[in-house]
This record gives sequence, C-alpha cells and structure tokens, in this order.
Amino acid sequence: MATLSQISRRDLLKSGGALVVSFALGAKRSFAQDISKPLDPSEVDSFLAVHADGSVTVYTGKVDIGTGLRIAVRQMAAEELGVPVERITLVEGDTGLTPDQGGTGGSTGLTRGGSEVRQAAATARRALLQLGAEQLHRPAPELTLAEGEVRPAAGGAGVGIGRLIGDRRLALKVDAKAPLQDSTHYQVVGKPFPRPDVPGKCTARSAYLQDFSLPGMLHGRVLRPPAIGAKLISVDESSIRDIPEVKVVRLENFLGVVAPDEWAAVRAARELKATWSEWQGLPGNDGLERWVRDAAVDKDQALVSKGDPAAALPGSTKQLSATYRWPFQSHASLGPSCAVADFRSDGLTVWTSSQSTHGLRGSFAKMFGIPNDKVRVIYLDGAGSYGGNGNDDAAADAVLLSRAAGKPVRVQWMRHDEHGWDPKGPVQLLDLRAGLDAEGKIAAWETQMWLPTTIPGTRPFLGIDAAGMAQAHGQGGGQISQNGDPPYAAPHVKVVVHWTKQTPLRISNLRAPGKIANVFAVESFTDELAAAAGVDPVAFRRRGLADPRALAVLERAAAMMEWKPRPSPNPQPGTGRGIAYMRYKQAENYIAMAMEVAVDRASGKITVRRVTCAHDCGLVVNPDSLRNQIEGCILQTLSRTLHEEVKFDGSRVTSVDWASYPILRFPEVPTVEVALLDHPELPLLGAGEAATAPVAAALGNAVFDATGVRLRTVPFTPERVKAAV
Amino acid sequence: MARYSFQLNGRAVTVDSWDPGQPLLYVLRNALGLHGPKFGCGLAQCGACTVLMDGKAIRSCVTPVRQAAGHAVTTLEGLGSPDKPDAVQAAFIAEQAAQCGYCTNGMIMTAKALLTQNPHPTLEQVKQGLAGNLCRCGTHTRILRAVLRAAKA
Repeated sequence: MATLSQISRRDLLKSGGALVVSFALGAKRSFAQDISKPLDPSEVDSFLAVHADGSVTVYTGKVDIGTGLRIAVRQMAAEELGVPVERITLVEGDTGLTPDQGGTGGSTGLTRGGSEVRQAAATARRALLQLGAEQLHRPAPELTLAEGEVRPAAGGAGVGIGRLIGDRRLALKVDAKAPLQDSTHYQVVGKPFPRPDVPGKCTARSAYLQDFSLPGMLHGRVLRPPAIGAKLISVDESSIRDIPEVKVVRLENFLGVVAPDEWAAVRAARELKATWSEWQGLPGNDGLERWVRDAAVDKDQALVSKGDPAAALPGSTKQLSATYRWPFQSHASLGPSCAVADFRSDGLTVWTSSQSTHGLRGSFAKMFGIPNDKVRVIYLDGAGSYGGNGNDDAAADAVLLSRAAGKPVRVQWMRHDEHGWDPKGPVQLLDLRAGLDAEGKIAAWETQMWLPTTIPGTRPFLGIDAAGMAQAHGQGGGQISQNGDPPYAAPHVKVVVHWTKQTPLRISNLRAPGKIANVFAVESFTDELAAAAGVDPVAFRRRGLADPRALAVLERAAAMMEWKPRPSPNPQPGTGRGIAYMRYKQAENYIAMAMEVAVDRASGKITVRRVTCAHDCGLVVNPDSLRNQIEGCILQTLSRTLHEEVKFDGSRVTSVDWASYPILRFPEVPTVEVALLDHPELPLLGAGEAATAPVAAALGNAVFDATGVRLRTVPFTPERVKAAV
Repeated sequence: MARYSFQLNGRAVTVDSWDPGQPLLYVLRNALGLHGPKFGCGLAQCGACTVLMDGKAIRSCVTPVRQAAGHAVTTLEGLGSPDKPDAVQAAFIAEQAAQCGYCTNGMIMTAKALLTQNPHPTLEQVKQGLAGNLCRCGTHTRILRAVLRAAKA
C-alpha cells in the first residue's frame, strides 16, 4: 500500500490561495429524518432558505450533469428574488435536503426543476415584499425587491431580506398564481453568466464523486461473468493470496473484492480465478436485424393515423420505400461509473452521480428492506452520463459490498465494466414508405418501427440480480417512439410501432431516447423524396411547413450555410451539403441543422467541414451555457453517427474499450456555428438533448449530396461508405 | 515495502508501495490526495489521467510508480489555483471549455506540454496534439479555442 510521508495535501497544492477540496454536505453523514428541513414540493421552504446575512440557499432535486443547470437555476431564482446570483448557493439531488422533482432526464432540468424553483421564489418574493411593507410602513405595491433588499420603488432606504426572514421559515405553500417577473424586463435571466463549477474543474479544486472518501472506507471491484447469463461455479481465493488485505465477497452469482488499497482491489479483481458456467443467449450483431424482425411482439400501436396511406400510396405519382437502421449504442461515459455506500444497522447512505437520486432511494429501501427515511442518496458530480449509464448499477454494487464488509465501500467500475455492462440505447429499425403527388408534394407516408416494449418498474440492477435478491424487472428506454412522423404537410400519414417483448441487451435512456434514430430515418427519407421530386431540399421542406418558428430555424440554418437552391446530388461530386429539420417531441424545440462534408471515395472517409444550427427553445436562460449544450449535442451525435456500434457475440458485449468502441477525435472536429433564436416572451423549453436529433440526418443528407449514395445504416464507417459508393 | 522519491508540484515526496508496478495514478490520487488526474480507462486510451513528467505529458494510469522515481511530476493542481490559474487553465475558464469536466485534466495537461514544445500552434496542430485525448460531452470546439487563446496569452 502506498503511504504518504512528511507532507500534507495542502503542501502539494500550489502555494498561495490553495483551497482544500471539501465535501461540506457530503461528509456529514445523517439521514433524512435527522434534518428538520421540509422536502414537500408544495412548500416554499422545501426549495429555498433566506439566511440572516441575506444569502440564499436553493434546493433542487434535479442535478447538473455538466449541463449548466447549476447556473441556470440560480439565475431563475435570482431574477424572482432580487438577489445577486453570487449570493445564491445551490444544493442538488440530495434526498435528505432537496424535494423530489423527478429524475434529471428528457430535458426537464429547467422546464420542471427550474420552473418549480422559480414559482417558489415568486411566492417568496410576494411574502418578502409584504414583510418589508410592515417593516417600512409602506404599502407593498410601492415596494420592490432588488440587490437583496426590499426598498421603495421610487427610491429611499430599504431593508435586507436577511433581516426580514433570516433563517426562519416562510411556512408558505407554493402558489402557482404568484406573479412572475415580466420576462421582457429580465436582468439576470438571459445573460451569459459563467458556470460556477468551471474554475474548480480546470484547477482540480472541484470535488467529484470519484474523489470522495470516508474514514475506514474500502475500495471495491466487481467481477462480472464472462457471459451475461453465466452462473458462478467456484472461486479460488488462493489465486490472490499475494495481494494485501483483500476480502472476497460472494453472494450467489455476485462476486466482488474489497481492500483498503484501491490498487489491491483492482489487481485482485483482475487476478481472482473464478469458474463460470457456459451461456449463449444473444443473437450477436450479425444476426440482429433478423432477430428484431422475428421477435415476439407485445403489441402494435398506431401512434399517428391520419387518412389512409395504404389506399393512397398506389395512386401516387412516385413511390419510395426504404429501411433505416440504428445500432445499440453505449453511454460510454469517460469516467466509469462510481459510487460510495455506507450500509449500517441504522440506515444506508449512498453517494452517487445518478440522474435519479430519489428513484434510487426508493429502489434501495425496497430491495434492502429499509424504511425510506433511513436511506439517503446524495448526488456528487461525476463523468457525464447522458441518461442511465452504469451509475445506478455501481451504486447497487457498492451497497452490496458495504453490507457484506461492514464498512463504507467505494466502487469504481473498470473501463470494460462500463462499456460492457452499462444499459444500452436500443437497436432501432424503421421501414418507411411514401408517395409523391403530381406536384412533387408528399401524398402519403407510412412509418413502421420496431422498438423494445416498456415494462413498468425500474430496470433490474445487475448486482441485485446476481445476488439472487428480489427486485423489479422493468424495461424501458425512455420516450423512444417520438418523432417518427414527418413534420411536413401530408394528407395521409400512419406511424405504427411494433413493440417487441424483449431486447437482446439491457436498455435504458440514452440522450434524446429514440428520437435521433427516428429523425435520422424521417429526415433522410424526406431528403429521398425531395431528390425524387427533383426539388431543392430546403425548398421541399419549406413548402411543407406552416409554423413561423419552424420556418425561421430552417431559413436561418440554410442562410448560415450560404445555401444555394438546387436539387441533390451535387453535380460536382466529392463535396456536399445537407439539411435536416425537426421539432423535438413534435411539441417542443425547433431545430434546423445544415452540414458541409467531403467524401473520399477511395477510403470511404467522411470529413465533416462545417455544421450550422438554428435553435429555438423559447426563453433562453443562459445563452453561453445553452451554446455549450448545443455544441455538445452536435459533436456527440456526430460521434454516434460516424463511429459507434456496440458489438456483441452470443455471450457478451465485445466492444469493451475505446479501441473497439471508438468515438470522435479532435482531428475530425468541424467548425460549428450556432444561432439562438431567443423568445423571452415565450415559455422556456429544455435544451439538454434536442439538438442531437437532426445530426445524423443532416450528415447522411450531405453525404448523399456529395456522392449520390444514401446511407441508411449507422454508423457511417469508412468500410460501409466505401462499400456503398 | 519499496520507497520511491520524486518531485511533485515542486516539492520532494517519498511514497511506499507494496507493488512497484502500481500505476502512478493510484499513488497520486489515494496516497497523495491529488485528484486532478482521473481514472478513465487504465489503458492509456483516453488521456483523463495525464500528468507531466519532466514537462512531458504522460499517462499516469499505465506508468508504474517506480518509473516516476527521480523525476519531476506535475499535476493539474500544480499549475495554478482558481485565484491564480496558469495561462492554460485561465483560457479554459474564459472559454468555459468544460461540461462534465472529467476529461479537462487531460486536456489542460496535454495542452500545457504541447504549448511548451510549440508555443504558437495552428488549429490543425492543436487538433493533432489532442488527438489522443477523448471528450465525451462534445466540448471539443471550446477546448480548441481555449488552447489557441492560451497560445496568444
């Protein structure tokens, strides 16, 4: 074991203003019932506390997974409370301190999380003005709340909110009708405040979950089987006898090791000899499409049914059909999933980067037979998760190991654990048919998609199943069937989902669940129709759209690309441009994206040169943070489109590192230009994932323009492109 | 247990390790409490664990602690602090070049070594210089801007 001699951590941090990382909230171990703070989301005090010094703490059940929520929620609260952003502290995702606002997903961080905080702050504002009125002996309507004090709107001495209420409860119900600040006069919302976590992240002074430790804590690693359904037959503990202080934990088919030294745990997990049964239950990649088409169907569901496409299609002037395919993909978090658990006779505390701390608390309470109020789950920053990566499973691993070892245990998965065992974004298969009328407009459209059905309940945790404990066996990848219909005028449209009972690999939400593949199919196929009609792709879309916000983003993205109208493909092959438009969930953000590519026919290599994106998500809370998200959506989805496919054989996932599951690298990064079409007068819409959805289609359309070849299967690897051209 | 002495962020340190093959990363993070370098893959594939050894960017997840003996190691903590950031750190903060920030350590440390070698790189040279570092959030364009900004500072 490594030990430190004659030097402290403080000495190792560069001298001068060195800040020792602390976990002010995390290190204090106490259960929910020890804390007197209210958590009921109908109470204002659940969301905020005004302190005697005039500073404010805001509590939200939503978490900032690198998305900028941490500054945006502060801005929304600051605007209503008339308190500078810097005077607001945010506490996130701690089941002992924050109200349950649902998991952080589906771009609901601000739409629900931020909006509920804002309404609580607006209710508090009205109450503070009333308290100020009593103190200042002036009617409340003559007063305003600014810079942390209630003061006469016409000028004159005010009184600080800390003096009015400092550290006492407001004891008010959140009033849904409490008036909000007029958005056209916002002072704080809409400004590009820098994110408070960035300086710490750039100087190693911010505290990640991976850095968190407790006194007496052990390091744990779990040995997952060599085949997904294999059973543990025997373990040879003598194989690791040279590694110091390791303890083997075996619970039926759950096999783990714990040790005071992390490297000892890593080596023990690598070297422990275990015998597992054979298992071959997967179709493997190569047989996947056949498997999906033949899979038992739970039910067929018509999501859209307008007119009668089956009857209208044969009479249309031109008819097209195509199949689009999207592979299993991994969240592929850069840091493998991690958790620290402290299981004691009087309760359980878990530190995690889960996007659903309240959900985890409920699950663990049930599985381990502990009352809900004796389980506390606390969020800490981790590597980006983009949905349900391995975090929840790692947390279950840590709880199992802590219970067995009788000590706090930190588990960090290894790289092969994360790539091999995170629940995946589902494989998607879409068959499309459409017809054009004599004027080259869409006469009829039919989408059939195959998706894994939803089974209610949380998805099973790997460790809990392996240990033979009872748990729910839910299945779901999120709202994966949305955006399967064209957003363009068409008299006959049908979208049918064949919900298959099973999925070969375990699934979960992966950023913009389902919608990236669905928009890839719909917007690529729209491009096929435009080409068949001999119409410029922007013009074809324009004449199918009526909503001015839709048209505004389409025109803007095209203008940024200096789009010259002409049909695809490009008469001068080799380079090309493509466009895609979508409205997220057919009800929220409007996004159009254009791309310029070069395709090398000899190697099959696609070079993305430029991306332009016009983005309308209503009210913009923080434009710089929003741009960061949109840029990330674009580059991450370029990665998913160009490179990513989970490979598996009959037994297990075989793409278990960055060589076998490559992602985008710097030399491939294009110029990215983003235009924000701000609408302060309109409600805000979530923007954490919407801009991912048009990426694959815009890219495929640009490749078609450059080569005349339509790519309908992701990823667009050089081998695949070479074979197609 | 064998002892290993090296320079760390400008100071002399001595550590013990039961395994001379223990990667430097675990020694830095656990024994020495320096959390800049992160565990990403343990395979030298992603760059999250990057530290400087004698000014060169190395992958601490595959560098045995014995190889650090007698050398000068610098971690992200050793470059600067939030109050006094190094030029590269300051540029990353100015460009808000992070999302989750898990790769940020490797980006800054690799950029630091790159700029030492080539103080005025072109955009293409920065892209090539960071080709071995992975970012999953898609913060690439900001990271590139930050490195070019640092080069001008």
